[in-house]
Amino acid sequence: MAVMTLIQAVNDALRFEMERDPRVVVLGEDVGINGGVFRATEGLFGAHGTGRVIDTPLNESGIIGMALGMSLNGLIPVAEIQFADFIWPAFDQMTSEVAKFRYKSGAQFTASMVVRTPYGGGIRGGHYHSQSIESYFIHTPGIKVVVPSTPADARGLLLSAIRDPDPVLFLEPKAIYRKAKGEVPDGDVTVPLGTARTVREGKDLTLVAWGAMIPVCEAAADRAAEQGMAVEILDLRTLVPLDEEAIVHSVARTGRCVIVHEAVLTGGFGGEIAALLAEQALLYLEAPVVRVAGYDVPFPYSLEGLYMPDDFRVWNAIKRVMDF
Amino acid sequence: MASKPIAVLKEDGTTVKSRDPGFDDETVLRIHRWLVAARAFDERALNLQRQGRIGFFAPAIGQEAAQVGSALAVDDRDWLFPAYRELAVALVRGMPMLALAGQLFGNQADVNKGRQMPNHYGYRDINFVTPSSPIGTHIIHATGWAVAERMKGGDGVAMTYFGDGATSSNDFHTGMNFAGVYQAPVIFLCQNNGWAISLPVERQTAAETLADKALGYGVPGVRVDGNDVLAMYTATKEAVERARRGEGPTFIEALTYRMGPHSSSDDPTRYRSTQEVAGWQLRDPLLRFRRYLEQRGIWDDQKEEALWADVREEIAEAVKAAEAAEPVPVSSLFDDIYETPTPQLEAQRAALLEEYRQRKELGEMGHFEGEFPL
Repeated sequence: MAVMTLIQAVNDALRFEMERDPRVVVLGEDVGINGGVFRATEGLFGAHGTGRVIDTPLNESGIIGMALGMSLNGLIPVAEIQFADFIWPAFDQMTSEVAKFRYKSGAQFTASMVVRTPYGGGIRGGHYHSQSIESYFIHTPGIKVVVPSTPADARGLLLSAIRDPDPVLFLEPKAIYRKAKGEVPDGDVTVPLGTARTVREGKDLTLVAWGAMIPVCEAAADRAAEQGMAVEILDLRTLVPLDEEAIVHSVARTGRCVIVHEAVLTGGFGGEIAALLAEQALLYLEAPVVRVAGYDVPFPYSLEGLYMPDDFRVWNAIKRVMDF
Repeated sequence: MASKPIAVLKEDGTTVKSRDPGFDDETVLRIHRWLVAARAFDERALNLQRQGRIGFFAPAIGQEAAQVGSALAVDDRDWLFPAYRELAVALVRGMPMLALAGQLFGNQADVNKGRQMPNHYGYRDINFVTPSSPIGTHIIHATGWAVAERMKGGDGVAMTYFGDGATSSNDFHTGMNFAGVYQAPVIFLCQNNGWAISLPVERQTAAETLADKALGYGVPGVRVDGNDVLAMYTATKEAVERARRGEGPTFIEALTYRMGPHSSSDDPTRYRSTQEVAGWQLRDPLLRFRRYLEQRGIWDDQKEEALWADVREEIAEAVKAAEAAEPVPVSSLFDDIYETPTPQLEAQRAALLEEYRQRKELGEMGHFEGEFPL
């Protein structure tokens, strides 16, 4: 056990897997000697050299496409897209190829690879360094989508993602790269994909969230507790495949749900979860399902502080739902 | 710079002796059979489409020599990343005709499980990677495979096929650039057949030749008479050996002609002249190779007739067996999205199967035709 930040946990997971399995390779822009612009791949180049840590030319489609080709030849590539906002040139590779390789070939050829990328706001980066991209990929059958919120989960989920036979998009909440600190088990400790985590139990209302919104939910739940409300927090951890059971069981008990995500409201995953609850938990609901999400605008630069859901906004939503 | 394309076999069937690869009679007869088989299969498949027995087909008429010649230069160590017109390559590398025909019918005779429209045949046993429809996306995969091969210390090479149109695509640029940077053992086999559906190559690029584009990536580019099997073989073989020796990638521009339509949905008379096509028909690669066999004194009209009959029989058997195969099960819709279906997929599968049973009971099949097992 050691106390690590989320980014250190990512780095440790990569270190551990590269030592454990010689097929694991890392590629992306500035991941080699530079160790990654967020230091996610620090030390890997020193340990493994250009044979397994590859600096690519400036072409995201190439990073993803090359990773796919490598996986067809038996390697396990962990590709980094420097900022999630830069994944768009690789969208064709992700959706037309990575997501469909097993399917289109009748499982003769499969793409076993991880694409990891920092997403989300909080670093004053504006709309080309702050986007939450999950919806586009949740909507594409064939890709698994994973979002850790703690260092322990970051390490454990990344280990699982690397070992998963399917392509995994690993979204790292950059706002809490260094702010999230916690105990991280060392050694071969994995966190399974597809399982949500109950951060806090409570009988009055369920907050469903992921990534950097978990500490926001914790702060909001603290405010609620001061007013005598017991708020449950569910960290989804994996968006695809979704732990539907965990969501439905929790809301069946509390009867109230607020979903919190940074991503744009319209077309955001919150709508999907709300539909799920309407279908499977209607009779348990005491109030409408409410979403606290990013506005339907490009992610702001100067007004970032007012855009990001924070504990004030989430607490307002909790109050509205409790007062219904 | 428009250099003279590499040529070995002349139109009259004689060869440039210094460049003749020296194939024995058995080999050249096998080559001829592949050329004829590809042409006959194309004709049969177009017929099947016209009869409505398959939905679509994209023939490679006129491009057989480019494909057969290049395919002869690789072996079992190597991986192929085709587009959707590489029928002759598949045949040379050993794809069973039943598997080819099966993919056209999209039933259980298709090892790709009926997942795509015709021409998207892939076959693992011969390292022939299932293509997709977007143009050029596979080119970077070939480069990635090749980079991995070097990392593993292997001696295999990747060869990727694409047309003149694809050289404008994003991932052509991507694949070529990465290959140059990493000196990857990959052959970029461009069949310049003159047309990307209705766009002639002169309007696809302002580059004087497609091989010139390779220069920008630090990749050697060679032009070859794509209708000359022997030239295609020698040029590709040289590129393959270079790659195996660790000397990096090569771009080969095979100059050929798309004698048929882009696909069964295309009417080329809308955009090109019949004179142009007629001119190229006189230079049909099959005619040229036949003259070569005659020059070698091992061929005549009767042998030609017998070969076509034999090949058509082989194709007919494969088509018959493929068409008679069972349709894919309804349930297979939910397989192979992931290695193990998620709970959500299992729930959707159960819902569709239930709906299917209901539909059958009530005779409410809607637009869904055919008898499909569950």
